[in-house]
Amino acid sequence: MIDMLTGFVGELRQAGLPVSMVEAIDAAKALEHIDMGDRHAFKHTLGATLVKHARHYSAFETAFEVFFGLRPRSGEDLASLPLGSGDGEGAGAGGGGGGDAEALAEALFRAVKDEDTALLAAVVLASVERLAGMEPGRPVGGTYYLYRALRRLDLEALTERLFEAMGGVDLGQLEQRLLREEIELRLEQFRTELRAEIRRRLVADRGADAVAKTLRRPLVEDIDLMHAGRAELGEIERAVHPLTRKLATRMAQRRKQAKNGRLDMRATIRRSISAGGALVDPRFRSRRPSRPELVVLSDISGSVATFARFTLQLVYALAHEFTRVRSFAFIDAIDEVTEYFGTGAEFGSALARISSEAEVVWLDGHSDYGNAFDQFTHRYFKALSPRSVVLVTGDARSNYHDPNIGAFGEIANAARSVHWLNPEARRYWDTGDSIMSSYAPLCDGVHEVRNLRQLEAFVESVTLPTVTSRILA
Amino acid sequence: MHSDPSAVAAALTVAGYLPDDRIAQVVFLAERLDKPMLVEGPAGVGKTELAKAVADATGRPMIRLQCYEGLDESKALYEWNYRKQLLRLQADQGRQWDEVSDDIFTEDFLLARPLLDAIRSPDPVVLLIDEVDRIEVETEALLLEVLADFQVTIPELGTIEASSHPLVVLTSNNTRELSEALKRRCLFLHIGYPDVGRERDILLSRVPELPQALAEQVARIVRSIRAMALRKPPSISESIDWARTLLELGIAEVDEDAVGETLHVLLKHQSDIEAVAKDLEL
Repeated sequence: MIDMLTGFVGELRQAGLPVSMVEAIDAAKALEHIDMGDRHAFKHTLGATLVKHARHYSAFETAFEVFFGLRPRSGEDLASLPLGSGDGEGAGAGGGGGGDAEALAEALFRAVKDEDTALLAAVVLASVERLAGMEPGRPVGGTYYLYRALRRLDLEALTERLFEAMGGVDLGQLEQRLLREEIELRLEQFRTELRAEIRRRLVADRGADAVAKTLRRPLVEDIDLMHAGRAELGEIERAVHPLTRKLATRMAQRRKQAKNGRLDMRATIRRSISAGGALVDPRFRSRRPSRPELVVLSDISGSVATFARFTLQLVYALAHEFTRVRSFAFIDAIDEVTEYFGTGAEFGSALARISSEAEVVWLDGHSDYGNAFDQFTHRYFKALSPRSVVLVTGDARSNYHDPNIGAFGEIANAARSVHWLNPEARRYWDTGDSIMSSYAPLCDGVHEVRNLRQLEAFVESVTLPTVTSRILA
Repeated sequence: MHSDPSAVAAALTVAGYLPDDRIAQVVFLAERLDKPMLVEGPAGVGKTELAKAVADATGRPMIRLQCYEGLDESKALYEWNYRKQLLRLQADQGRQWDEVSDDIFTEDFLLARPLLDAIRSPDPVVLLIDEVDRIEVETEALLLEVLADFQVTIPELGTIEASSHPLVVLTSNNTRELSEALKRRCLFLHIGYPDVGRERDILLSRVPELPQALAEQVARIVRSIRAMALRKPPSISESIDWARTLLELGIAEVDEDAVGETLHVLLKHQSDIEAVAKDLEL
């Protein structure tokens, strides 16, 4: 058991979860108190002792499935269930015959409609046996088999059939919607179980370590913003919202803490009267907090559009921390986009308006930092004052155009400070058409921001009192 | 002490809290291992309620420390009653300092705050440290000694050890990351929104007059709304309020109009209300 546990803890650490020695010992101690035959109790116990962040829980669940998954079930107990013949063919022939898939789809239909969990489990098993066509030793991921099994079952047609069979047609609009969601949820349950079963077989075939390795994915805060896929973007999107709330709370706290200024002699003496004249309770004057103006210049060309989007989202969520936020978007021309983010505007539609309405393309639609800065100094120079902090986001890949250091220098001189956020790894800076080092000397800070973790760290460092006073000095 | 998680679940149910098996399991472990329990989750899913139910289920009194920004030692642990000490010194003028100093640093001049109270209580208590994410990181350190060793060290008096071990429940809305040191000492329990079945049961237990069918419908609509991207998704307490509202208005079956008219009970931001109305085509 101890070996199992250390192996599991090792896998969690590989997946990026910070599990300390103390926590592993706690887990072992806790296991003494539970019925080891109860899988749920076992899982919840490990979860409570080893995982201390809600967003790490899905990574934990995956690892748990792989390490302590049930043994793959055999097809024998299927015989009693009405699932069709099942005499299709062996593994590897690319799925069962047409009749097989139909019979399974029919069984699935009944299982979902009546919420028959036993039948659903049988369908899962039979689908893997007959439709997924798993081959021992073949180095493909579970997704491939999942896709093969699902393709034959045609869940979309099934959804429509279920919708009709469950009386969806006669319902009101609201009820129809709720019914569809219910069906979708039950089918999702089926997919989850199918995935788990395929995984179990992979583990039996190749061993837990090998499978765990293929399933390992970066935690959401470590996903590279420039290379995130669609599903990952969704994950990041969901993580940004709580993040902004967290940062806003922190900034407000910091401001309040920084409130105490010089000793207030009058108030202190007045307070001392209740203690017989001893000065035991010093009072302080409150200090007026200084809020900078923020000017954001975002490169929104294809390569860095995602990054610009998350930065803008974060900036606008924190807008009340600044006296004023003005934002400008550019590719090879620059345009002001502040008004799209006015009060009550929804963030998603504001972004859509930027890409459709803002005039950010001048010649060829390839980034031209030099021209963008040049236009900024001509058209929007009044946006800058000694109180403004400029934030530039982009990869500084200017497609071999003139960097126009002069214009950028003017911006840097007029503003209180300039910070550049670059979503590329530091080692790629100044390779190819990247001209980061030309601009870097004029900036007060150049930061590599490749993932949410770094973005959070940057915002937090800017709001730290010590750093703020340095930046804003 | 309960014999297994299902006994915990039963006791909590009697106390008016419907746990799922994860919650029951963690409460059971907290009791067995004598470890604090850190409960995290969105606002309004019943974290504080859980602590109250645990106190009820174990028959222990509850001591509550409500955290806020600027909470410090003197509000959480103990404080010397310096006014009383000053008066004592003035009354004692003429005596040597050595004699007096022993007098004024005694239990008579100590004001116990919740943490010290919980430790010194002769009978075991449930200690609820509510919204622990509101205190500053530096202040968290105050809690560590209490949580790990159940003792409080007062420089002038020495270490006060617990006469009974309290069952500690910490709650957090996750507005900031708690320190690793604190998390390491706790069992972690994340409470999310319940599934439809459990939410229906919660509604029925909180609003007993509610018809079964309406409870089911409320739970399903709320789940649907929670799936949308909102600033503040409706919590359990809001869905309970909504169910009460529907009941007061005498609505037996929820349709588009009923949802549209009462949406403001469920959602607390105008932009959310508009988004949901648009999405549900009300």
